[in-house]
Amino acid sequence: MRLGLMAVPLAFFALLFAYPVTAIVGRGLKEGGHWQLGRFTAVLADPDVLHVLWFTVWQAAASTALTLLIALPGAYVFARFDFPGKRLLRAVVTVPFVLPTVVVGSAFLALVGRGGPLDALWGVRLDTSVWAILMAHVFFNYAVVVRTVGGLWGQLDPRQEEAARVLGAGRFAAWRKVTLPALGPAVAAAALMVFLFTFTSFGIVQILGGPTFSTLEVEIYRQTADYLDLPTAAVLTLLQFLAVLVLLALHAWTVRRREAALRLVDASSTARRPCGPGQWALLWGTLAVIAVLLVAPLLVLAERSFAGPDGYGALFYTSLSSAASADSTFAVAPLDALWNSLSYAAAATAIALVVGGLAAAALTLPYSRHRSGESLRAGRLVRGFDALLMLPLGVSAVTVGFGFLITLDKPPLDLRSSWWLVPLAQALVGVPFVVRTMLPVLRAVDGRLREAAAVLGASPWRVWREVDLPMVRRALLIAAGFAFAVSLGEFGATVFIARPDRPTLPVAVARLLGRAGELNYGQAMAMSTILMVVCAGALLALERIRTDQSGEF
Amino acid sequence: MTAPTTTTAQQLLQLDGVTVRFGKPGARPALHAVDLAVAAREIVCVLGPSGSGKSTLLRVVAGLQQADAGQVLLEGRDQSAVPTHRRGVGLMFQDHQLFPQRDVAGNVAFGLRMLGTSRGDQERTVTELLDLVGLPGAQRRAVASLSGGEQQRVALARALAPRPRLLMLDEPLGQLDRGLRERLVVELGRVFRELGTTVLAVTHDQGEAFALADRVVVMQDGRIAQTGTPLEVWQRPATEFVARFLGFDNVVEATVQGEAALTPWGKVPVPGGTVDGPCRLLVRPAGVRLTSAREGLPCTVAARTFRGTHVALLLRPKSGPQIEAACALQNAPETGETVGIAFAAQDVVVLDTAAG
Repeated sequence: MRLGLMAVPLAFFALLFAYPVTAIVGRGLKEGGHWQLGRFTAVLADPDVLHVLWFTVWQAAASTALTLLIALPGAYVFARFDFPGKRLLRAVVTVPFVLPTVVVGSAFLALVGRGGPLDALWGVRLDTSVWAILMAHVFFNYAVVVRTVGGLWGQLDPRQEEAARVLGAGRFAAWRKVTLPALGPAVAAAALMVFLFTFTSFGIVQILGGPTFSTLEVEIYRQTADYLDLPTAAVLTLLQFLAVLVLLALHAWTVRRREAALRLVDASSTARRPCGPGQWALLWGTLAVIAVLLVAPLLVLAERSFAGPDGYGALFYTSLSSAASADSTFAVAPLDALWNSLSYAAAATAIALVVGGLAAAALTLPYSRHRSGESLRAGRLVRGFDALLMLPLGVSAVTVGFGFLITLDKPPLDLRSSWWLVPLAQALVGVPFVVRTMLPVLRAVDGRLREAAAVLGASPWRVWREVDLPMVRRALLIAAGFAFAVSLGEFGATVFIARPDRPTLPVAVARLLGRAGELNYGQAMAMSTILMVVCAGALLALERIRTDQSGEF
Repeated sequence: MTAPTTTTAQQLLQLDGVTVRFGKPGARPALHAVDLAVAAREIVCVLGPSGSGKSTLLRVVAGLQQADAGQVLLEGRDQSAVPTHRRGVGLMFQDHQLFPQRDVAGNVAFGLRMLGTSRGDQERTVTELLDLVGLPGAQRRAVASLSGGEQQRVALARALAPRPRLLMLDEPLGQLDRGLRERLVVELGRVFRELGTTVLAVTHDQGEAFALADRVVVMQDGRIAQTGTPLEVWQRPATEFVARFLGFDNVVEATVQGEAALTPWGKVPVPGGTVDGPCRLLVRPAGVRLTSAREGLPCTVAARTFRGTHVALLLRPKSGPQIEAACALQNAPETGETVGIAFAAQDVVVLDTAAG
């Protein structure tokens, strides 16, 4: 039963992930049928590569530290304070996370770059400094910390701290001895997730990094697309792969510890109105941070998209719909990219839901009917499968995209000219989000409810329909929303495989930004704004049906 | 095992040597070669402390747990290849497990829907059952708005609705407060006898088991320690384990010689026909009579506890283990006083040492 459910996800990953990635690594490292492992040492001795490696690690560490520093007070505010507009604000905070990296890049370009408010007021430009990258990473990952840590924090029973107070611990000591240990694994899990996302950062660094800064992922792209140096790209891919494996193993370990016996209560019962000047200051400080760091870039982005050469107007928007203005950057009108993106993302969402849903169902299948020895082995199998599902989050999307190009171009799987190539690649990135969103909810369904239904005569399929589905329906919608947003914004793989006449929005934005000229820049801002509105709209709609517990993102 | 489980007539439920192991192969099994038979319309209560394997027993019968050895037969047919939903048994869970997203009627009608019963029949059955369990008109109420006792009634109605050939109850009244429990246990008995339901219930509460059951099965560490009517089990606990589980602590080393036994408490009369030789002896508190300090065995009153209808005394004799006694409130001695006691033969039970 479990194996049956696993079959589809396993085949999906084998064919569309493992095969392309190994093929491209093989092509880079094999010559005349022999592995050329000497290339490792050659590439690793290259000072340029070492420079990239060093930058990748330290910027990820700095981004993670900065994100924790800024977002942890926010997590506390969202967990423990009750204030008007909290739901809306929670949605606003999450918008950046689902925004395409390309949009985030252009938003920060608009904020701190040429002609941005800082430039206009004080003549300060940060778009060539590392600060722009770090700020963009904080912007992008603020929600990860608030969601993972704040979600748990809100569900911790405050009476545990009260018990410590009654036993003679001071306010801070009670927090340090009771709350912090309970929160620790969640903080570690969030930090690892942020580190993972920033370690593999591509779109943001590509746009804000200029020629000076590049992460492994950007370097893989350059080596592959610009220099056609596959061996170096292959070594870098493997390097990134190893790093990601370590990070994911650490993440899985911390998540398991987080699930360990904590007493959780309904989050809505633990929040109070802030009282005392300290708490009010914390609330207003958090609101200010959100306004400056999260809302301002998006507003500036929208503002720049309307700021034409002759004052404010919709010039950049109207010009998007005509192919003529596009001075050969596109064969089609840029606005067509919107339609391409939406239809690709819809298809990718459907695929991700089926594959991810089956995988999540396989992971939550009860062991009870199995005998002891089997269930031990099954447990290990399931954990391995669980980790496998997370891999696409960390493996170079560029490699996957390029791997698609060189492996899926011959029968029996000739998808090179197929419309499905792009949605399949995007679904690969969507599946981990679907699984991560569905799993906690599915695991929270009391197994004995299923047993109660079975005893009352429901077949396994009926049990799923009558017990599981009503409970996971909301999670399913949320998973769909995340998969849609992630597919919409997918850039690393899509940039390789999207056909020139069918670009997606992020690809079109990147192309426009890559060209000089006021009109191209304005159009990029206009398209980013459209993308932002679509993503934010989808998310705000989802937030209405969201529960606090669902999902780790 | 005292009462032999001979199966001349066909039993509704029969377990033959059912064994279930959790964890490592060498570990103590949760159920160890259990033989049990339940006749149609019989109410059987499995009684035992937590961890004695009684819930596992129900799960095996329901098909929620596979047996590592042995057979489960329902109406004479082996069930090992029959999945849970086709066994036609009902199970009421310890914490009810009502479906939170359905209202009361949706919960009660669930089993009928699985059978494909028509909507009209469903509604009629739901109405009848809600009347039966004392919740008339509760159809549209949300499950979350029900009190513990009401949830328990809904769970019962839900389990009864598809007319299971065997209804199993797992600690049916476990989480309710005492007064409610005593009332509901009477109602449950009435409902089951009215409907002629065959019931297999498990509980750790002897009061519940004795009030409900035609026959009681006491379990110890995955084995059956004793089966019999409530009266038989209460009057003649088979082993020291059963005696102590029922709350009898006056157990002592003894050697039977004719009509009396030699114990550290002195001579204790035994029922006629007892075989001579060493054994363990139980004296139920009712069989401990207070006399004056000069007659009988002199004891100091170590503690007295008011129990409503009587006073429970803890007595410390010069030699041998402490003795529990019960006496009326008026003539109860104070703590520290010295009293004399004598034993009554009809409340003395010779225990089976082999399985104790």
